[in-house]
Amino acid sequence: MIDTINEFSTADYLNMDLLRFTTAGSVDDGKSTLIGRLLHDTKSIFEDQLIAVEQASKKMGDHQVNLALLTDGLRAEREQGITIDVAYRYFATPKRKFIIADTPGHIQYTRNMVTGASTANLAVVLVDARHGVVEQTRRHAFIASLLQIKHLLICINKMDLVEYKEEVFNDIREDFDDFSSKLEIQDIQYIPISALKGDNVVEKSTNMPWYQGSTFLYTLENVHIASDYNLVDCRFPVQMVIQAQSEDQPGFKGYAGKIEGGIFKPGDEVIALPSGFTTKVKSIDTMNGLMDEAFPPQSVLMNLEDDHIDISRGDMIVKPNNQPQIGQDIEMMVCWLNEKQMVLGGKYAIRHTTKMPNA
Amino acid sequence: MHKYHLSHLKQLENEAVFIMREVASQFEKPVLLFSGGKDSIVMVRLAQKAFWPAKIPFPLMHIDTGHNFEETIEFRDNLVEELGAELIVASVQQSIDEGKAVEEKGPNPSRNKIQTVTLLDAIEKHKFDAAFGGGRRDEEKARAKERFFSHRDEFGQWDPKNQRPELWNLFNGKKHIGEHFRVFPLSNWTEMDVWQYIAIEHIPIPHIYYTHEREVVRRDGSYLANSPFITVMEGEKVEKKMIRFRTIGDMTCTGAVESSANKIEDIILEVAAARETERGTRTDDKRSESAMEDRKKEGYF
Repeated sequence: MIDTINEFSTADYLNMDLLRFTTAGSVDDGKSTLIGRLLHDTKSIFEDQLIAVEQASKKMGDHQVNLALLTDGLRAEREQGITIDVAYRYFATPKRKFIIADTPGHIQYTRNMVTGASTANLAVVLVDARHGVVEQTRRHAFIASLLQIKHLLICINKMDLVEYKEEVFNDIREDFDDFSSKLEIQDIQYIPISALKGDNVVEKSTNMPWYQGSTFLYTLENVHIASDYNLVDCRFPVQMVIQAQSEDQPGFKGYAGKIEGGIFKPGDEVIALPSGFTTKVKSIDTMNGLMDEAFPPQSVLMNLEDDHIDISRGDMIVKPNNQPQIGQDIEMMVCWLNEKQMVLGGKYAIRHTTKMPNA
Repeated sequence: MHKYHLSHLKQLENEAVFIMREVASQFEKPVLLFSGGKDSIVMVRLAQKAFWPAKIPFPLMHIDTGHNFEETIEFRDNLVEELGAELIVASVQQSIDEGKAVEEKGPNPSRNKIQTVTLLDAIEKHKFDAAFGGGRRDEEKARAKERFFSHRDEFGQWDPKNQRPELWNLFNGKKHIGEHFRVFPLSNWTEMDVWQYIAIEHIPIPHIYYTHEREVVRRDGSYLANSPFITVMEGEKVEKKMIRFRTIGDMTCTGAVESSANKIEDIILEVAAARETERGTRTDDKRSESAMEDRKKEGYF
């Protein structure tokens, strides 16, 4: 599968970085071709998968191998030639491991697109060089921003069909720049590519000497994601209380959950919300021993000095000098994903971390 | 690497632990589907970590086709004893005897498909409302589409065209009576990740994953273990080979590969160099282009 096996068998592999990215774009922007190209050029497609896709392409009357069939895994998708739900693909280079969420472009499947995009570090939005920024480009970029994706990569695709002209690239870039002031994403990059021909996908293009930037793959391998988590505001939503009786740990009681923000250390003073009781972190335990500190997105077990405090699922452990606001009246933007319309004044369940209040 | 940054394996581990705790919190009666294969063994390790120092708060359930590798059953029983866990064995043979399932006919009969009957029956009988499966999205194209929390209707069916939204790490386990969820904590793991994790965690696995000599029959491009459960057809011959299994399932549809790998590092090298997916050795997936999707819709793992 991979040419450089040795790179994968060393300890480096065990310490690899993970980048989750999502791809979005209008229906014919070449999203599946781009992913197919990326997987193909990084040698991530297995022989039996390729044979299966070749056979399926033939059956559908395609003369060329249709790489979209690699990710369109459902019968209904293959029959109709569309993407209905997000498909996940996995590949690795010696630098990073990647999870791709290939999401549908059709507007009626937006909720599936949102599902796939929500866990991404980076969103790739494809723009057809011939059509420029269209409504769907803005919609997808806006959704990425709403989901708080930190990095946006605008790939201006099909450059081969506009004679690889720099002006086309610059015009689209300026156009999107104007719109992007409405977004909350700080890191936006632009790359001119041809997914079909392979320009600037894995290999640097010789057709666009005017472009001095990185290729698509190089960007994915090097985008800085280490500072994407909030390490300042300490937030530990309690997922469940774990109690155990054993010889070494009689009457053990700990709070299990995922660190959503900040760094917790044994000895830290903490406050449990909403009760407001304060205590200290006694220890952070794992099956493999004690931890010196815990940070996002670790799932940990926290042991508190005073374990008579009433803390249960849905409560949040924070630090006294940095507390979240608590209130009953909140103003928020609601994105409605159900076919049935939202009823104004209706009662709905809200899930907020591990809490599920009604509203 | 940055001090406050997790390696990909640690990220996957933390994600799976979160999912398991979420299931234990949201559901009344979860169960972990245990096949004795490497993915379910890794799931068990993750469950230990998720609830430590308490015991795993749900039983393990093995859907027993009766066509088992002896080594797997031995391994299963030892593991269960070590964990002090509860093991439920649901027997496909019993479903057949009771007339609920019909054994396949023909030269290559497999109990793979009819396991679904036994599985759904057992879920109903024990009133399980969530069942952990070791399925991974990199295994197969229909699995690549599935949510972590995958809803099943009262007939145990999956509707792939109408899956629920699943945003960030918010998981929605709301359901009607009689419905249940399949939950896949290893969704984002690849075959390589599983092996690497087994290596760094020093997790014991059944020794048929390592090279051994065995009587095999060449069929559909892979080697099937010779056993009382397969009929050697005309033109096929039983031969002795040094082989190992990349996956472990029902004996009649789990193919072996020729290999000399006798330690985990060798397996990792083999996986890195493999040109075929691991399910390439599974004849159950080769029956049609959408074999997995069709089985999953009916309630398969």
